[in-house]
Formats: sequence, C-alpha cells, structure tokens
Amino acid sequence: MDKAVKIEVKHLNFYYGKFQALHDNSLDFHINEVSALIGPSGCGKSTFLRCLNRMNDLIPISRVEGNLLLDGLDIYDPSVDVVMLRSRVGMVFQKPNPFPKTIFENVAYGLKVNGIKNKGLIEKRVEESLKLAAIWDEVKDRMHESALGLSGGQQQRLCIARALAVEPEILLMDEPCSALDPIATQKIEELIHQLKKSFTIIIVTHNMQQAARVSDITAFFYMGKLIEVGKTNTIFTRPNLKQTEDYITGRFG
Amino acid sequence: MAKHFFRELEKIKKRILSLGAMVEERVRMVIKALETRDGDAAKKIILSDHEIDEMEVEIEEECLKILALYQPVAIDLRFLTAVIKINNDLERIADEAVNIARRVRIIAKREKIDISFDYSLMAGKTEDMLKKSLDALVNLDIDLAFKVCGLDDEVDKMQSEAYDRIKQAIGEYPDRVAYLINLLLISRHLERIADHGTNIAEEVIYLIEGEIVRHGNYL
Repeated sequence: MDKAVKIEVKHLNFYYGKFQALHDNSLDFHINEVSALIGPSGCGKSTFLRCLNRMNDLIPISRVEGNLLLDGLDIYDPSVDVVMLRSRVGMVFQKPNPFPKTIFENVAYGLKVNGIKNKGLIEKRVEESLKLAAIWDEVKDRMHESALGLSGGQQQRLCIARALAVEPEILLMDEPCSALDPIATQKIEELIHQLKKSFTIIIVTHNMQQAARVSDITAFFYMGKLIEVGKTNTIFTRPNLKQTEDYITGRFG
Repeated sequence: MAKHFFRELEKIKKRILSLGAMVEERVRMVIKALETRDGDAAKKIILSDHEIDEMEVEIEEECLKILALYQPVAIDLRFLTAVIKINNDLERIADEAVNIARRVRIIAKREKIDISFDYSLMAGKTEDMLKKSLDALVNLDIDLAFKVCGLDDEVDKMQSEAYDRIKQAIGEYPDRVAYLINLLLISRHLERIADHGTNIAEEVIYLIEGEIVRHGNYL
C-alpha cells in the first residue's frame, strides 16, 4: 500500500534571475520513505532539494513558482515562519560543517535557538540525537571537547545529530557522503536505513550505487526537468526511459 | 572508466556468442553421429567436451569480475545476468550432447531395431530451436525468442511419442531392453536440449524487456 504523502510538489519552476533552473516539476514524497534525487551536475537536483526548506530564499535574485505543500500547507505562503519550517525540514550538507564549539553545544544549539531553556531536557535531547545518529558511543566521554577534533565521518554524523535534535519530520541530505571514506559512508547509509523509520528522507547523491542502496524511490533530473521517477528497484533494473538508462549506465552525452 | 567497461561488455558478448557457436556445432555433430550410427564421431564429442567446460568457467569468471569492478545497472546488469545463465545453459547443452554421444557409441555396436520413430525429425526440431534461440540472442530479436518458447511443446510431444513407441517395442523385443532404453534416453537428452534452448530464449526476453517469463508466463 502507498504511504501517505508528506511533501507534494506541484508545477515547480525556479529561476536564478533570468535563468530558469527548474521546469515545471511535480513530485510527491511519502512519509517514512527515502527518495534519492540523481542526475548530472547542474541538472537542478540540489536546487530542487533546497526549495524544500526555502534555502534558496537566501539568494536575492531567485524566484519560485508553483506549490510546495508540506502536510497540505504551502511552505511559500507569506504567513509561514521560515525558522519554524526549517525546524520541521532539517538539512545535512555535503561537507560536515560543525560549529567551532563543543560536541554538546553543537547538538544543543538548535534547541537553544528554538527557545528551550530546560537544561535537563536539552541534555536528554542531545543524548537521544547522538544515539539516533549512531555516534553516541564514540563521543559520550568527550562531550565538552571541540567538535572540530572529530574525524570527517564523525563530524558528519554529529551534523546529522544536530539536525535531528530539533525533531524535524523531514531530513534533506545534499550529498552527505561525498567527503567521506567508504567506512564512514557505510555508517551514514546504515543510519539512513534506521532513520527512515521515523523521518521522511530526501537525498541528493552523485553516487549511483548509493542511490540504489539507500533509497526506496529514485527521481532522475536532467536540465532542470524531472525525467523519470519510480521505485529504485525498477529504475536500476529496467527504467522506462532510454534517457534514464543512458545516465545510470554511464552512456551519457 | 566507462570505455573500459563497454570494452569488457563487448568482449563478453563475443565470447558467449562463440561458445554458442561451438555448442551448436557439437549438437549438429552428435545428431549426425546419431543418424549415421558413427561411434568414432561420437567419441570425438565426448573427448572434446572439456573445451566447452573451460570456456564456461572463463566466461563466468569474467562476468563476476565485471560485476565486482563496475557494479553495472539496468540493461548492463540484465545483460550480465542473462549471460551468466545462458552460459550455464550452453554448458548443459554440451553435456547433453555428450550424453547422446555415449548412447550412440553403445547402440552403434548393436544391431539396429526399427521402432518407427523418426529421431531425425526430433533432432532437427531441437537443433532448430537451439539455432533460433542463439539467433535471438545475437540479434536481440524478441519475436524470435517468443517463437522458440512456443516450439518447446512440439519437442515435448515428440518425446512422449518416443516413450510410447519404445514401451511398445520393449514388448516386441524383450531381449533388447538395454538397447531400447538407450534410445529412450536419447529422446530424453534431445528434449533437455530443447528445454535449455527455451531457457536461453527466456533469458533473451528478460534481457530486452526486463520481464522474467520463466515457468511458462509468456503473456
């Protein structure tokens, strides 16, 4: 049975000034599913991802058309509080970007920004998030040391814990493993499997095998257009369109 | 990287086709040996079977190497899995040719009994199926592959005819049971070759369409 729709994207167009980066894309994301966005560089997959928590708002010349509904509510509606939106739609970036603070403060930061002052609650959430991000055992004895002393893979899991601390419903991941070694990558992928039980996850990846391994749904973008979307199993064994097949088998261009 | 990969795929394609040609030739030889009751020709087939076995192992190792090194997907993945299976079918067909050759060597030494069953016709059909299944593979011809799947029933019917005739003949020639059992087994081996031909055709369909049509799901 199909899972409930968490995010509904309808006829999304996106412009950087005069350049149209996304062309009339419609796509649904379902609850507790991992969706992977794939496509060559510049195809618009990251732009698409960043539309989902209004990260593109930071680019002054950008413009969005169409509807993006989160649980049926348009996230581009003027009444929407962007800070609230981003606490519901968390994001993890390509390069681990911990704050130059302690491990504890990194995870507690979002909670404090959201006005939580209860120390006990903060400590509890920090521990839970670190456990959820599968890094607790590695950092529990050094919570007050600088996060910058962690390895790349640990930093990335810390960033995931930081994103999870504010209890988002959706996790956006923009190539979360591209700066990591195979072992750290494996840990993040296992983590994605675990996290999908509680979250809706959307991941942009250049690593085709990673998309095949971690996702339930794969969407292929090319030149700002959504070309094909389907079950990952189908996309990687018998895609419908030749263009998709050419891309995933490396016969592109 | 992609160039290497495509070159490897081309290499595999050439090898599986050349294995197919070798196996087809052996089936042709053994059918001729059966028709002419030529024990020496049959012996040659038995002695050279190791060539097929070695090639089968090489092709499988190559496929596994490509899977491990390049992690192919979609059409390339379907191609490699199809090759692995077709490779196995071809090797089994060659084994059946050896089995027939063994029976031919035995019956060639004994006096002929006419059981009024046309082995040439059955062998011809079987050979035709194998040839068509390999043609379907070479040309990626899905219509031909479907056709081969349909031909298998005819060979099955012939085998059951052979069974009835031989059963009857055993009553007529009770002192020639061993000879007749060899004849029965030959029809069985031919029927198995036709089955492997069908498997190859089914793999060709999977390769092209991505649909698994085994177990008679041809709709």
